[in-house]
Amino acid sequence: MLEKQMSDQSLIGAFATPPQDAARAFRAALEALARPGTLHEIKGGQAPAPVSEAAASLLLTLCDPETPLCLMGAHDTPEFRDWIAFQIGAPIVGPAKAMFALGTWDALQPVTAFPIGTAEYPDRSTTLIVEMDTLSQDGAQLTGPGIETTASLSLPALEPFQMNAMLFPLGLDFYFTSGTQIAGLPRSTQVTDMMEAN
Amino acid sequence: MSDYNFAYLDEQTKRMIRRAILKGIAVPGYQVPFASREMPMPYGWGTGGVQVSAACLMPEDVLKVIDQGADDTTNAVSIRKFFEKTAEVAVTEKTREATVIQTRHRIPEELLTEGQILVYQVPIPEPLRFLEPRETETRKMHALEEYGLMHVKLYEDIAKHGHIATSYAYPVKVEGRYVMDPSPIPKFDNPKMEMAAIQLFGAGREQRIYAVPPYTKVVSLDFEDHPFDPSKANHPCDLCGAEHTYLDEVIIDDDGGRMFVCSDTDYCAERQATGHRGRLSPSQDLEKAAE
Repeated sequence: MLEKQMSDQSLIGAFATPPQDAARAFRAALEALARPGTLHEIKGGQAPAPVSEAAASLLLTLCDPETPLCLMGAHDTPEFRDWIAFQIGAPIVGPAKAMFALGTWDALQPVTAFPIGTAEYPDRSTTLIVEMDTLSQDGAQLTGPGIETTASLSLPALEPFQMNAMLFPLGLDFYFTSGTQIAGLPRSTQVTDMMEAN
Repeated sequence: MSDYNFAYLDEQTKRMIRRAILKGIAVPGYQVPFASREMPMPYGWGTGGVQVSAACLMPEDVLKVIDQGADDTTNAVSIRKFFEKTAEVAVTEKTREATVIQTRHRIPEELLTEGQILVYQVPIPEPLRFLEPRETETRKMHALEEYGLMHVKLYEDIAKHGHIATSYAYPVKVEGRYVMDPSPIPKFDNPKMEMAAIQLFGAGREQRIYAVPPYTKVVSLDFEDHPFDPSKANHPCDLCGAEHTYLDEVIIDDDGGRMFVCSDTDYCAERQATGHRGRLSPSQDLEKAAE
């Protein structure tokens, strides 16, 4: 009985109209990464708890059988694995082989375990989807491509993102998700402490 | 309801292209390899741009397509029709109204804004290709940031011609890291690349996608004693009188007669509609304007 409930849960939660919903979700993801520090609505995907609607929608938009996915901490549940298997088909792997990774910031540690690309192929790196309680446009100060002057984003830490930016053009790219909101932080963004900057 | 999947491509292909676009945004100027598909048009007609546009389009988008600045040439018309049929999106010729603009070899004269995406069609994405034919070598050169060869090429231009003779596809350095081919836009357009809109580049035959996020530093390569010069024809537009736009030279008779007109047809038409007149504007228009 229990088993049946679990499999039922994995059968629901896909986009209602996949081509159109995925297109809207991608544009939110594109704007988020192209303009670090801005918040965007991304919705339509429903995965088993504790996965947010934003993270589920992003996975449905970008992942498929060609993208090894790493689930960390509380996000690595049998129910969610079933959902991934049915809806997306992405192989579940460890950090070293992941193209995408999902978890809370604490669960994703150490982020140095994820590939950062190679000098000749900096694109062969992991995109981390970090689930957050809330997202807001304050906290760390951001500068770089996509930002006219400066922007702010409530990052879960400071130093790891500064280290990541120093690796440019190598490095990790981040999405932060909470509810139906998404924000992006590409490796090209310079991160400074709001206090230090002022 | 269209008989095609929304925006023609299948969903798995779109996901693959979308992932490449996001990598391009994360590493501005780096050419991301992607598994380019056969499109129902020949290579060289914008298959890369069409695939990038297809991966970006939403049902709510308003699409504009230009070819050398013009909305009404064969390439622009057929691509616009393609997306009208397969994505059922609204289309426009007005730069201001468009959310996605696919372009071949021009940047519109009107300043682009946040919320717009400019998709370039790119024939040869590798700026070093004509200097070094081997992909293995150019890849290493980008990895090592070894761009001396490009400067030698520009220097040889100066030694031979007295100035840098490259007038289109003029190489740029993006965010101080990657040297990038801006696609064959005139060098007149290079300074416009630091803009508020997202710029995406698709090369179908060469299977590369790259990107320039908004407000990214884009510097045209030059020398201190030979600074970059975004030159243009020294004439006003013969239809709208504009002196600040990029002009096409058109032969108009067998006696060597010629005229210069804005290559951006939408911009020129809008100026004429608001009463601007040039040397060869029809005379009845001049009378009407004078009334």
